Amino acid sequence: MALVINEEQKMLKSSAKELLDLKSPISHMRELRDDNYNQFDVDLWKEMVEMGWTALTIPEQYNGLNFGYVGLGQVLEEMGRKLTVSPMISTVLVSTTLISLSKNEVLKRKLFDEIMNGKKLCSLAHEESSHHNPNINSSIVSKNDEKFILNGKKRFVIDGSISDYLIISANNESSGTLELIILDSKSKGITFNNKVHMDSKNYSDISFNNVEFSNNDFLSSNDDGQKLLSKTIDIACIGLAAEMLGNIQQAFEMTMEYLKEREQFGVKIGSFQSLQHRSAIMFGEIELCKSIVLKALQAIDSDDENLPELASLAKSKLGLTSKLVTNEAVQMHGGIGMTDDSDIGFFLKKTRVTQRIFGDSNYHLDRLAKINNY
Amino acid sequence: METQVKVDLTDFRLETRKWLEENCPKSMLEPITDANQLYWGGRNGEFSSKDQEIWFNRMLEKKWIVPYWESKYGGGGLNPKQNNILNQEMSRLGCRKPHINFGISMLGPALLKFASEEQKIYYLNQICKGEIRWVQGYSEPNAGSDLANLQTKAEDKGDHFLVTGSKVWTSYGDKGDFIFCLVRTSTESKHTGISFLLIDMNSEGISTRPIKLISGKSPFAETFFDSVKVPKKNLVGTLNDGWTIAKYLLTHERQMIGGIGDTDKKKTLSEVAIDSIGVTDKLLSNASIRSKIANLEMNEKVFELTIQRALDEHKAGNNSGAVSSFFKYYGTELAMQKEELRLEVNGFSSTEWTSEESNNGREARYFNRSKGHSIEGGTHEVQLNIIAKRVLGLPSK
Repeated sequence: MALVINEEQKMLKSSAKELLDLKSPISHMRELRDDNYNQFDVDLWKEMVEMGWTALTIPEQYNGLNFGYVGLGQVLEEMGRKLTVSPMISTVLVSTTLISLSKNEVLKRKLFDEIMNGKKLCSLAHEESSHHNPNINSSIVSKNDEKFILNGKKRFVIDGSISDYLIISANNESSGTLELIILDSKSKGITFNNKVHMDSKNYSDISFNNVEFSNNDFLSSNDDGQKLLSKTIDIACIGLAAEMLGNIQQAFEMTMEYLKEREQFGVKIGSFQSLQHRSAIMFGEIELCKSIVLKALQAIDSDDENLPELASLAKSKLGLTSKLVTNEAVQMHGGIGMTDDSDIGFFLKKTRVTQRIFGDSNYHLDRLAKINNY
Repeated sequence: METQVKVDLTDFRLETRKWLEENCPKSMLEPITDANQLYWGGRNGEFSSKDQEIWFNRMLEKKWIVPYWESKYGGGGLNPKQNNILNQEMSRLGCRKPHINFGISMLGPALLKFASEEQKIYYLNQICKGEIRWVQGYSEPNAGSDLANLQTKAEDKGDHFLVTGSKVWTSYGDKGDFIFCLVRTSTESKHTGISFLLIDMNSEGISTRPIKLISGKSPFAETFFDSVKVPKKNLVGTLNDGWTIAKYLLTHERQMIGGIGDTDKKKTLSEVAIDSIGVTDKLLSNASIRSKIANLEMNEKVFELTIQRALDEHKAGNNSGAVSSFFKYYGTELAMQKEELRLEVNGFSSTEWTSEESNNGREARYFNRSKGHSIEGGTHEVQLNIIAKRVLGLPSK
């Protein structure tokens, strides 16, 4: 497949840009932060739902748009440019993906309908320690007569504080296999500890204490839990890489503008060769990022067998490049870059959190080496 | 129409495959392990083996020395798709290139764009037969990164130019038959007083001296011009407008050098490392080297994808933004990092300089040679200057 986006995808990208320019400029993220770390703008979410963003990756047979992940990636990239605060990552990128892979048709129909119409938000509760780990240690599903019971502790649940549903990964006590279950977040026995992180977003630590649920709440079936989870995480890594690509392009462009404006020693600071060379290197690194993000997005849509490797390439490359670009962006803005009044620091703070979600560059470089047998 | 073309191309692939299988001698399918296994042609061209000669002559007869040039210029007249198929089939089988010449990779594209029809027919046909070994005369002792500062002058003497001066860093300059040269034909302006001249290395007044590098080898020479007579008809393009040609040619050179990282396909660095360092619990035994290799391989893969994206964007009529300066910078950077890392991976054996086991220090010498990648064809710093000014629009002082 040619490494270019088609006309439809281009149109989606420009319509996303149009909406976000109007309804979610960077200043909007600042307003939400200053409103006691508000996580959710209902009006903006309604607009996104109307634009069809919640239906982009849902197959036609469930009344979705079946637009594919290259399309979703364009939206996420534009959101990354504006640092848009929304449940797109938790509900659309992660949860909808996992639900699509499930074989529980009853749940699928119900959940897709609720998600597409913007009625319900959903999040994946998987991590249990301070680093991403695909394996579960503490969360256990056990069976008691006809009831199932969940016990365990989860960390770093994106949008946990505003989600209506939680998808939880847990080991089955009897079979030892990994299960994925979906529960109402208000269920008895669930307690939240909501924490604001550096990016002004909320991530929840959640305890599950003898939470009861039924046979109908399983998204996994016939031992496919690990497979569903792994693929969801690979896809999520690629989506997050697309968002980071938006983050770094915006930060880079703002920095180039600043270099052309700011004067010291009677000249524009952009005329200094030291800054020019570092800028040129960043330009090139961002070009590399564009290629791997597009390739990886295409790999999701074409069900490429190399998806795990491409996901790790995308997440590690974007993790490293976002570190480079956001650090340089603050440095090149000088003292201004250290002030809260300037927006440039937001990109540093945003990417430092995203880098860690589903594994940072250290994790994914290690995984790449394993994939390549060394 | 579309299906017809597809059928033809499939036929072409099968015919090509069959022809290559029948005509490429077995020893010409083995990977190249030494520079003398390349055939550079020219007046003094010598084949290093009988098979090399057979292979060259068969490809010559087929007009596949330069398969993609028009047949009136001596090429095979293949369209881009056919040429692509030929390349794919050659690399599938592992066929060596029958002939290497700067005339094909560098001068040819410039002649096609800027030369007169008469010059094209004369020189390109020679190139397609491998008759002339071309070398490049660009840099001078005081015109390296600041190439336009070149001082080798060509005075107009009516029916000929009289050339005086010297060139440095002429690749294989002591082995060339003809040199394509940038010369100063006017001192009124720096950039618009340069002309592009083709000079026979047999001319009276030309001498060369090899330059020994830190690798111990001498792939470059100095070339001296002492009142050398050059016929007027050897001027390519317009007088004083040679800088345009020079820039065009440099982009080809950058792409060529940028592709350096691709040459070693026998074993990946991680495979080499497993042999030399060993594994513990399925992981490479040195965690620090393991992480460096993973990082390098990540960058190699994303760079490959970026080359592909640039080609795809070009085909789709878009400007990808990724420029030849970036490809030259990054391709050479990765190649150099790889040589540095290869030394770390191979330990004591990697620095052997004269032993038989090390093939006369092949690896150590290649490592030394690689340090020139960020200097030749425009230094790293010059490439970054070009990106900053032309792509990012950053101001000059």
